[in-house]
Amino acid sequence: MSVETQTSNRPTGTAPAAEPLVRLEQVTKRFGEHTVLDRLDFAVEAGRHVTLIGPSGSGKTTILRMLMTLTRPDEGTITVAGQRLFPAPEKQVREARKNIGMVFQQFNLFPNMTVLRNLTEAPVTVLGLSRDEAEERARELLELVGLSDKCDVRPPRLSGGQQQRVAIARALAMRPKVLLLDEVTSALDPELVAGVLDLLRDIARSTDITMLCVTHEMNFARDISDQVLMFDAGRIVEAGPPEQIFGDPEQARTREFLSAVR
Amino acid sequence: MNWDWSAVGDFLPYFWKGLLVTLQVLALGSLISFSLGLVWALLCRVPTRWVQWPVGVVTEFVRNTPLLVQLFFLFYVLPEWGLAFSAPATGVVAIGLHYSTYTMQVYRAGIEAVPAGQWEAATALNLPRGRTWRAVILPQALRRVVPALGNYVLSMLKDTPLLMAITVLEMLGQARLFSQERFQFTEPLTVIGVAFVVVSYLASLLLRTLERRLVR
Ligand SMILES: Nc1ncnc2c1ncn2[C@@H]1O[C@H](COP(=O)(O)OP(=O)(O)OP(=O)(O)O)[C@@H](O)[C@H]1O
Ligand SMILES: [Mg+2]
Repeated sequence: MSVETQTSNRPTGTAPAAEPLVRLEQVTKRFGEHTVLDRLDFAVEAGRHVTLIGPSGSGKTTILRMLMTLTRPDEGTITVAGQRLFPAPEKQVREARKNIGMVFQQFNLFPNMTVLRNLTEAPVTVLGLSRDEAEERARELLELVGLSDKCDVRPPRLSGGQQQRVAIARALAMRPKVLLLDEVTSALDPELVAGVLDLLRDIARSTDITMLCVTHEMNFARDISDQVLMFDAGRIVEAGPPEQIFGDPEQARTREFLSAVR
Repeated sequence: MNWDWSAVGDFLPYFWKGLLVTLQVLALGSLISFSLGLVWALLCRVPTRWVQWPVGVVTEFVRNTPLLVQLFFLFYVLPEWGLAFSAPATGVVAIGLHYSTYTMQVYRAGIEAVPAGQWEAATALNLPRGRTWRAVILPQALRRVVPALGNYVLSMLKDTPLLMAITVLEMLGQARLFSQERFQFTEPLTVIGVAFVVVSYLASLLLRTLERRLVR
């Protein structure tokens, strides 16, 4: 099954379709005997916000992890910003990976570094920024996420919501073209969820970053997505704009899933 | 048997010399075992069998043979191959090498205890492997291993008298020397027994301070 996200609500009569920013072709992933993703195809055009929904075990996390090169597919190809991510030699992977950033469910901040250092470490060592430049950028980002006063604090001292904001800032500090978000609010106390989601809405609105987002927050998905992909058992069951998926889903499986999570 | 305070007084000059040697062996032996153990632990992570396997065999062998045998081997066999060191140097190397095979396991556990999410975050930020080790993994792993390393320092202290077997005059060696000259055993042995307790108490205080400063 092939789903080209850019075709669904592209303005009419435009120039030929640009090469999508992210493209998976015939991607298969197995864990032992278990085929988690079966010849999956999909593409995301630059600037889009795509949400992946679906029941537990349907392969959503696996897709994001493959894009971040944390797991390798067994077959197929993955291309990001015109650069082959899989299969590709390590050097090329490193280059292609610069386009991608990820925010994790468990934040995964470096507890041995201050908040500021968490944000400057990679820009200095990977992008070659000077420490001053990196710190300036880090302070701007901390202001964006509302944590300017926490520069010198170590992450374990922060609340979950604050840690996740720092993690978002850390990912943005690398100026990725694509931001991967895997259930970034599910480890948070309920009262902290809204703040993080508002921040992400803000980033979605005010930047041109491409987002791939796995979430169980359906209202959030409806707000920020241009495109929603409904997964089941490693396949895309249905894809479309949020109004269609949440308002008038075509597939019985989608209706069933949505009524279960609501 | 009567306690003779004058024997204690006469033993003290011997004792100080022995104590100095014991402390030197302990300090240098710890240094070697801490650094070499880390090297072993890191080599075990090199993703090829051609490194992992030999390191595994060598360290397993050293860990499972008695320190005394290793001391004799280094002291009597190596010179036959043209590698002769002084007795104290041999002792320090042997005890450091022997304990490195224990500290290696401590480091390995410490490294494995760093959550997978830390590696994943480093990959997501595109940090090079070496930088990931130095800036992310090792600082977290080392902090965790300090208490366990400390225990091996104390246990190393109790193994230092084995060096007597290769003529190193540490505390027990000095006590024996004194006893052979004076035929008085109780006083020197008691003095060094107390000294072992005191040194190990002071060492544990030192280690705990270190631990508090690192584990924060
Ligand atoms: N490391 C692994 N080893 C073995 N099986 C795995 C591994 N990771 C994932 N799986 C399996 O792959 C399938 C898809 O997992 P994945 O985590 O991608 O699902 P998901 O859609 O993210 O689910 P959830 O909503 O629960 O997060 C599941 O059946 C899971 O058990
Ligand atoms: Mg998941």
